[in-house]
Amino acid sequence: MPTYHSDCGGTRYRFDDLARLLAAATPLRSGDMLAGLAAASEAERVAARWALADLPLAVFLDDLVIPYEADEISRLIVDRHDRAAFAPVAHLTVGGLRDWLLAEEDGARIAALAAGLTPEMVAAVSKLMRNQDLVTVARKIRVVSAFRTTIGLPQRLSVRLQPNHPADDPTGVAAAVLDGLLMGAGDAVIGINPAGDDIGTVATLLAMLDEIRQGLGIPTQSCVLTHITNTIELVRRGAPVDLCFQSIAGTEGANRGFGIDLALLREGADATLALDRGTVGGDVMYFETGQGSCLSAEAHHGVDQQTLECRAYAVARQFRPLLVNSVVGFIGPEYLYDGKQILRAALEDHCCGKLLGLPMGLDICYTNHAEADQDDMDTILTMVGVAGVNFIMGVPGADDIMLGYQSTSFHDALYIREALGLRPAPEFEAWLGRTGLLDARGRPTDRPILPGPAVGVLAPFHD
Amino acid sequence: MTDLPARPDLAARLRQLTPARVALGRVGVGLPTRPMLDFELAHARARDAVHAELGDGAFGATMAGLPVIAVQSQAPDRATYLRRPDLGRRLDPASAERLSPAGADLAIVIADGLSAAAVLAHGAAIVAAILARMSDWSVSPIVVAHQARVAIGDEIGAALGARLAIVLIGERPGLSAADSVGAYLTWGPRPGRRDSERNCVSNIRPGGLAIDRAAALIAAIAEGARDLGETGVRLKIAEPSLALGQDGIELIRSS
Repeated sequence: MPTYHSDCGGTRYRFDDLARLLAAATPLRSGDMLAGLAAASEAERVAARWALADLPLAVFLDDLVIPYEADEISRLIVDRHDRAAFAPVAHLTVGGLRDWLLAEEDGARIAALAAGLTPEMVAAVSKLMRNQDLVTVARKIRVVSAFRTTIGLPQRLSVRLQPNHPADDPTGVAAAVLDGLLMGAGDAVIGINPAGDDIGTVATLLAMLDEIRQGLGIPTQSCVLTHITNTIELVRRGAPVDLCFQSIAGTEGANRGFGIDLALLREGADATLALDRGTVGGDVMYFETGQGSCLSAEAHHGVDQQTLECRAYAVARQFRPLLVNSVVGFIGPEYLYDGKQILRAALEDHCCGKLLGLPMGLDICYTNHAEADQDDMDTILTMVGVAGVNFIMGVPGADDIMLGYQSTSFHDALYIREALGLRPAPEFEAWLGRTGLLDARGRPTDRPILPGPAVGVLAPFHD
Repeated sequence: MTDLPARPDLAARLRQLTPARVALGRVGVGLPTRPMLDFELAHARARDAVHAELGDGAFGATMAGLPVIAVQSQAPDRATYLRRPDLGRRLDPASAERLSPAGADLAIVIADGLSAAAVLAHGAAIVAAILARMSDWSVSPIVVAHQARVAIGDEIGAALGARLAIVLIGERPGLSAADSVGAYLTWGPRPGRRDSERNCVSNIRPGGLAIDRAAALIAAIAEGARDLGETGVRLKIAEPSLALGQDGIELIRSS
């Protein structure tokens, strides 16, 4: 196994292997410190970046951070690598790729690289990028996906309406759904995290969301975010499953910790695809990720958390997802300590996901044991909005009363749409216009009318 | 399409039907001053709760007629605990010496987690409710774990020689509730168990999942674990928690 080094200011810095080099080059974050992988000094961190900048991209095809034999995701990365797509940058170093990405003005040419880039290459180049570089590169790439709405088009920003309730009470969930619809949210998905993961609860909530969607004629998709084995069982029972959700990570071991492997993901995708419920597209997978999940599962193989996050994207891209959502601050301060680290991770995840061809959204969020607050969320939201994020979360008042963390609110979504001139997904925007819920400027009309005929679960909200 | 009029008091109705921050109003597209300050106060309180400590002898010497043993993780204080979850999963060696096989099937661990306030408020009541529904199980002494994460129950359960460990732990505070308890059930507890090998009942508190309903669900999962010989993703409860309180909770096994 090759070693790496760089000479900076009269000091020689050695890195035992590629994983150590990548880890040392990573902007400081608590998770890499927890894993014992962070650079020992600021100078070593920059020395690692010098070494990385000179490293040919082709090295990543031979020197794997996790061995081929040891991990099915390493095998996936190698076996599916597309040399033709890689050709335009095959001669470059990591630093050369950064320059190429910043200079290239045709976003389609950047997007066309995706199948030729490995997650480790993408992670490496991101480590050489400042926050503004991550914005500049990401905003050139459009990744569009579709089911009943088309998500990721230029000058559009979609919102997952997240109406969670601590006891999974259907009427309570419906109240939050209605509040979000009245504020123009829900075009990415109406998606519930259930408090209980038993199949009966999930089935009840799925049926309720489907009733609201059909009753009000909303062009969107619904999802109850439950384990993929539950979704497969619900498909078998004939439940109204639009999307197949699963949390994924960047190593086989961490995925085993989630109770999944690639074969199970394929089974869930195939089962859901067979239902053929989409109208404008057939993308059915909804993945969630987040830096730190492999370390949390003690399956990180000595690789830094941002590189592992990119490997999760290599999993996601095999399944043509509708939505990939990095839940960036959810995992807690032992992985991303404060607002600065969460901001950095949000920009990395968004840019790296887009480079790997994914329809990236972000749950811009924090927990109450992290050093962060709503001001940090405003900063992150504004930057990822400029970067062209496909979707964000809409949680009533930014306060998720079931999961116990803070995200972005319906108000926040209105703010970023108005500040940057962004609009909802076209199908959903047309519905909002038809029903008169939003005015021409995209602001709620507070109209005392609910669109559509009586729907059982919405009866408490009618006269 | 025939549109129907909404209730004239729609905002009030929405607020009545969910504790979520709905119908907050708008100033432009922004949040009015009052709900903004409400949020900031709730966040401040949650931050304070995270840094609260579970005091020595918090639960007394016995609980529900069972002796109480206090143990400590390898995280010496709150600041270390927050940054080093690995230390919170391991027993301090001096504490480990206090545990020995108890000849019982069930171990119950009360852990502070991220909200000591939660287990102080509801820990004893949840234990009593569980024991009432699991009268056919033999039970080890109750273990109270300080600066602890969920996985500390693996080491504790193994040291006690239990077949099933139930860890009741303070969940990280949200804005509307700083007193939620999570219950994690692990069959055959031993160090190295994966999260996919546990079942979880979360958000146990008045106003969330009520204690009695939570205890029914926990007892049903325990029963299912005993039949299946494992906990985790293969153990599924078919009846919804929404219907808890009805008799008979069916358990199914997916291959």
